[in-house]
Amino acid sequence: MSFTTKLYAATAMTLITAGGAFAENLVIATVNNGDMIRMQGYTDDFTEKTGHTVEWVTLEENVLRQRVTTDIAAKGGSFDIMTIGMYETPIWAANEWLIPLNDLSAEYDADDILPAMREGLSYDGTLYAAPFYGESSMVMYRTDLMEKAGLEMPEAPTWQFIREAAAAMTDRENDINGICLRGKAGWGEGGAFITVTANSFGARWFDEDWNAQFDQPAWKEALTFFVDLMNESGPTGYATNGFNENLNLFQQGKCGMWIDATVAASFVTNPDDSTVADKVSFALAPNTGKGKNANWLWAWALAIPAGTQKEDAAKEFLEWATSKDYIELVAANEGWANVPPGARTSLYENDNYKSVPFAAMTLESINAADPKNPTVDPVPYVGIQFVAIPEFAGIATEVSQEFSAVYAGQQSVDEALEKAQALTNDAMEAAGYR
Amino acid sequence: MARAVTQQRKIINTTAAWVIGLLIFFPILWTILTSFKTEATAIADPPVFLAFDWTLENYTAVMERSNYAKFLWNSIIIAGGSTILGIIIAVPAAWSMAFVPSRRTKDILLWMLSTKMLPAVGVLYPIYLICIKLGILDSRVALVIILMLMNLPIIVWMLYTYFKEIPGEILEAARMDGASLKEEILYVLTPMAIPGIASTLLLNFILAWNEAFWTLNLTAANAAPLTAFIASYSSPEGLFFAKLSAASTMAIAPILILGWFSQKQLVSGLTFGAVK
Amino acid sequence: MATQHSRSAARIMMAPAVILLLGWMLVPLVMTLLFSFKKYLPMRGGDLGWVGFENYVRFVSSSAFWPSVSATLIVVGGVLAITIFFGVLLAILLNQPMWGQGVVRILVIAPFFVMPTVSALVWKNMFMDPTNGLFAHLWRFFGADPVSWLSEASLPSIVMIVSWQWLPFATLILLTAIQSLDSEQLEAAEMDGAPPLKRFAFITLPHLSRAITIVLLIQTIFLLAIFAEIFVTTGGAFGTRTLTYLIFQRVLESQNIGLGSAGGVYAIILANIVAIFLMRIVGKNLDA
Repeated sequence: MSFTTKLYAATAMTLITAGGAFAENLVIATVNNGDMIRMQGYTDDFTEKTGHTVEWVTLEENVLRQRVTTDIAAKGGSFDIMTIGMYETPIWAANEWLIPLNDLSAEYDADDILPAMREGLSYDGTLYAAPFYGESSMVMYRTDLMEKAGLEMPEAPTWQFIREAAAAMTDRENDINGICLRGKAGWGEGGAFITVTANSFGARWFDEDWNAQFDQPAWKEALTFFVDLMNESGPTGYATNGFNENLNLFQQGKCGMWIDATVAASFVTNPDDSTVADKVSFALAPNTGKGKNANWLWAWALAIPAGTQKEDAAKEFLEWATSKDYIELVAANEGWANVPPGARTSLYENDNYKSVPFAAMTLESINAADPKNPTVDPVPYVGIQFVAIPEFAGIATEVSQEFSAVYAGQQSVDEALEKAQALTNDAMEAAGYR
Repeated sequence: MARAVTQQRKIINTTAAWVIGLLIFFPILWTILTSFKTEATAIADPPVFLAFDWTLENYTAVMERSNYAKFLWNSIIIAGGSTILGIIIAVPAAWSMAFVPSRRTKDILLWMLSTKMLPAVGVLYPIYLICIKLGILDSRVALVIILMLMNLPIIVWMLYTYFKEIPGEILEAARMDGASLKEEILYVLTPMAIPGIASTLLLNFILAWNEAFWTLNLTAANAAPLTAFIASYSSPEGLFFAKLSAASTMAIAPILILGWFSQKQLVSGLTFGAVK
Repeated sequence: MATQHSRSAARIMMAPAVILLLGWMLVPLVMTLLFSFKKYLPMRGGDLGWVGFENYVRFVSSSAFWPSVSATLIVVGGVLAITIFFGVLLAILLNQPMWGQGVVRILVIAPFFVMPTVSALVWKNMFMDPTNGLFAHLWRFFGADPVSWLSEASLPSIVMIVSWQWLPFATLILLTAIQSLDSEQLEAAEMDGAPPLKRFAFITLPHLSRAITIVLLIQTIFLLAIFAEIFVTTGGAFGTRTLTYLIFQRVLESQNIGLGSAGGVYAIILANIVAIFLMRIVGKNLDA
């Protein structure tokens, strides 16, 4: 081989490696929610802008959690970007499993992220996951049924009002349930709902010494109220209803009220899927006058596992997917009601978005949520509908299973609370808190 | 008279068998039908059976969203690879057990089966770590090996029972003629056991195809088979019965078709030594 | 025919299968045993040292333990009873002369080809859903209140789903066994005036005993490990948490590998008790 050929070869090699370093193939694990599926359709826009290609691993929520948790704990490196929630972020960040996002570009404008979201996705003041969309929970109700019942929904209803309204709206003959709420077992399903309900009744998961609090009267009051409310005015078989089941019920006109994630607002007001699209209005999640509303705070966010070889490309994707431009892109193609909500301040200052019927109430609900002070009494943990400790997912799933058995009429409130108390304390002991 | 009775009985048998057969098959049929409905028709009350506007929109939607061919290909490679590898390893073992039995043969067989009783989830982390160390996480190789090991006891057992039915004299005659052990297995035993090997192949292909723990937990973008494909269509937001049905139909269709074409082999060969 | 030569050859030929399975058994088993004596929490830094039998004590003293053992036995026992009972009936029926036997056989064995995840999803959503499921439509048609199957009749529902999947397997094996039954013997009994039930009890059933044993053995092994059907339908709620599922919760949901591993050891013990019990029956019927 002559010198020149060698030189050419070397140059070619350099070019290839440089090119390789530039155009990466990112593997992204994500959940099969509507907004993420939509994002997959826009992947070409990202590839065009940066040259990087993307491979999606789309999984149902429970499977996704199981997959990404195993992979990050074992340092498997299967994914370059993971879609995680507000629960995982601080725990993983504390283990140094995530790459800090403190050097995002200026045009990305990280300060534009809603303060509540930023707070929930940070650990020790550093952002570790970028919110793709955020949500709180609120009351969605049927204006026509409310009118028929001769009632008017206040902007911040109490639980007592909700109960009366639900009873008034219930029309079993016509298959209309006054209220639809989550009863499905699982910490992110019924577990989340009963936890925020309990918060508004002045209950909490743990006292400041990490003792379980299910033996306290506030929990009994909250759980009893919930069960009575649902038995009076809820759909049959609500013990297995989660977000999606209730969404379908509401869209089919079978619920008078539904208290759930703010993102559901865009589904129930979409005339393509919802038979009641033009008869829905919104209110803050209920309270009992103790100072806390029964609303949660959640974000599906993108995070980069530490140890990835493709940090730069991953950051580029993360900036693209959670940017203002992406919101504009979706708005231009599918209308403002379909953009990922709840992540950026600028979205709520946008005049186009202000005309979306649920925008104001979503923002108000998000702002009403304080993950650092979630309960009436002080607690040693962060998180509203969850407790940001690694053991929580397991404990809360079991506790919510006990509660679901109450909803199905298989045990009493007292039995369930007793079991919840025992198993929570036991698990906390096993983890070394007590 | 006797003829009339049998004729009558045949009619009763036929009716009963068809009713039961259709009843058992109905969930699959319903899934296939639903996959051609719109989401709204899929939940219509009263349900519609055939008189709806057939649509392919669910299949289009699924194809647009997922790279079906890739999932399918992974499933074929993983199920096929693990089954074939398993048979290659099991044939000699089954031969030994069938033709040179010892006191411990039965114990070994039962012990092999007992290895299937270890709960998989308990060892997820160790296996995961091993795969990382060997650099075979999210690779088809890892799944081929693991599924082969999972099904090996069943394969050995099945082959053993088939081999046992072959009269030893034939092998002896072959040996008299100067056949080596290798020749004996390859040219005498295997051809005689083809029906048995075929049904072993089929059954284990099905088992490997349907395995959903390891195939889901050890894969990401590269080696994910149809079990992972399905995991992206279960419980999304909004109405999903029709799309779920389309994805389900796509996931089970290949194996269903294979099963139907080969049901004769499966029916005649699936004995596990139950027939003496 | 077992010469010295063929004995050693036999050993060599058994070696790959035995060594591989030994490894496949020992490596996880040793690891499970090892972890079960440790405090092993991946979310809290991993291996946190030895804790003796703490995990074992904790696992059984949890209120979930005994219910999970009984759920396991109910699911396994229920599915075995249903599949064998209906399997025998179906096998006898399918062995009768009829039109379109091949097609019926295809219809009957089809569920076996469906992956557990898919079958669970289909049953849960399209049949058992209390609002939009087919059963709910049917119930409403007859003026009854739809049943919320997976909460009100959770274990029976799961037994039903799993039985639907495994009935074809039992039927197939029993069918091949019945086909080998000497029809002359049955005809002779019929000539002698033995009623059908007697013929069944004294000729068919004894002939099937070996096949039934095989079905029992193979299915038990698979049924002890069922997971997807529970994960998809109830997630372990409403008393459907089997031992396998409880271990899953400890390992993956609670991220407590030590505790889960101790559970794994219990599961192995339970499996072996069931196995010994089975071997007793099988041993008699299975003169290998």
